[in-house]
Amino acid sequence: MSNTASLLLTLPELILSVGSLALLMVAAFVGDSATRAVTWASAALLGVAALAALFPANGGGLAFDGLYHADAFSAFAKLLIYIAAAVSVVVAPRFFERAAPLRAEYPILILLSSIGMGMMVSAGDMLTLYVGLELQSLAAYVLASFMRRDSRSAEAGLKYFVLGALASGILLYGISLVYGFTGTTLFSGVARAFGDGLSTGELFGLVFVMAGLAFKISAVPFHMWTPDVYEGAPTPVTAFFASAPKVAAMALLVRVAVEAMGPASSAWQQIVIFSALASTILGGVAAIGQTNIKRLLAYSSINNVGFALFGLVAGTAEGVAAVMTYMAVYVAMTLGSFLCVLQMRNAAGEPIETIESLSGLSRTRPALAAAFAMFMFSLAGIPPLFGFWPKFLVFDAVVGVGLWPLAMVGIATSVIGAFYYLKIVKTMYFDEPAPAYAPVTSYTEGTLIAVSALFVSPLGYLAIPALGAASLAAARSLF
Amino acid sequence: MIGLQHYLFVSAVLFALGVFGIFLNRKNVIIILMAIELILLSVNINFVAFSAYLGDLVGQVFAMFVLTVAAGEAAIGLAILVIYFRGRGTIAVDDINRMKG
Repeated sequence: MSNTASLLLTLPELILSVGSLALLMVAAFVGDSATRAVTWASAALLGVAALAALFPANGGGLAFDGLYHADAFSAFAKLLIYIAAAVSVVVAPRFFERAAPLRAEYPILILLSSIGMGMMVSAGDMLTLYVGLELQSLAAYVLASFMRRDSRSAEAGLKYFVLGALASGILLYGISLVYGFTGTTLFSGVARAFGDGLSTGELFGLVFVMAGLAFKISAVPFHMWTPDVYEGAPTPVTAFFASAPKVAAMALLVRVAVEAMGPASSAWQQIVIFSALASTILGGVAAIGQTNIKRLLAYSSINNVGFALFGLVAGTAEGVAAVMTYMAVYVAMTLGSFLCVLQMRNAAGEPIETIESLSGLSRTRPALAAAFAMFMFSLAGIPPLFGFWPKFLVFDAVVGVGLWPLAMVGIATSVIGAFYYLKIVKTMYFDEPAPAYAPVTSYTEGTLIAVSALFVSPLGYLAIPALGAASLAAARSLF
Repeated sequence: MIGLQHYLFVSAVLFALGVFGIFLNRKNVIIILMAIELILLSVNINFVAFSAYLGDLVGQVFAMFVLTVAAGEAAIGLAILVIYFRGRGTIAVDDINRMKG
């Protein structure tokens, strides 16, 4: 394939790279007065990149001799990533206008991170994987500590950096072993070598790579950074962390597991089973005592990643499709919840994060309470809401390969998780009202909450045919 | 004669030292940054040793990428450390405890 054709397949990343550099120049020369323009331009760029991912790059095949894959799988993941990134860009100005003036670097860092995530989900080689992952992570470390004067934000950035760098190191050590014992870093080559039987060195490499990726999706036992980072980072950044990088890392994990290490599936299956069970249980149990809503949502994200991993356990095209459907619905639920958290401000406009402050929200702000309750019920997977559907799909895939006991344990753990989601609903609907929040002044956020609430409502079931077909096409492109 | 396994052994030892350096160190965040560099260097030894053993250039190219990224990572780590120090006046590991749960 010629270089021009390859470049055309990487169009989404090209648009974002050139655009973000241009915007960085604008921000540098015009200064902070350009922030609003840069913010909207960034959101527009993400939209253009999403179109580029859907049309020219979708199903185009391998670029640069297999280093980069432009297939239905990467297009699906990129669409989710760009939507989540755009939402976190758009909601930021109002959050920062009180805390600290929003610098134009914020949307640009999100754009850079999105380029990295695009490379991750399109990776066809360990080198692309590593560079994409680092581009995403380095931008994310800076974003976590974006509120420089806030000591919690700086601490979140520091913790994220240290543990993230450790995870990259572990992943890289695994990659070096895989390279050494298979003689290649291309996914297709690694799969061929794994197909001839698994040597001890290859097994070690596989375990290290899986551990490094488990950290990035914050699956147990590599979850310990999540609550601290989610709590300390500014709320729009937390919304970003909980959505886009999760999708990217999960898609990357699926691609590595299926495309590169597919022949060794019996080896990684055990790791994924353990991680899925441990994540759902710990995510459910540890969330119970939390008093900070962002910490609670961090445990909720650990819990949900565990459920998504069940789909990977199956290792079939249906399982992978279930993972992708799960991530699509999860993005809507988690972004919606964080948008509701963004509305939690006291009369003076200061953000508050305690669960107590939600007491009696149904009387002071009925619409917000209803939306928040829907997200909570949906995250718990309670049937009329759309959050039930992906949970059903992952367990259906697990049952499809005959792992009955695993599915039963998984369903039992989702009951533990339901407890704390219901506790929030109870706080909002049955407790004595706490002081009312400041009134909403932003139509953008209200609209976004309404759209995501509509998606997780029973009306979301109308999207099943389209979502099912898209995720199945995405999954098929890996097998 | 120094063979492949000698290099792998050294690299494994350095990797273990790096990981323990992060978890056992209770003094100072700078030491953690050094431990991270140690991990990345152990990976580079692996890559170059395998590359020479296999007669394949990819490992050395990968090592150059790792070096570049490690430089960026160190820069960002130090920058975060500086803003942290400005806010708190300490970089002792035991003092990083504003959030717990």
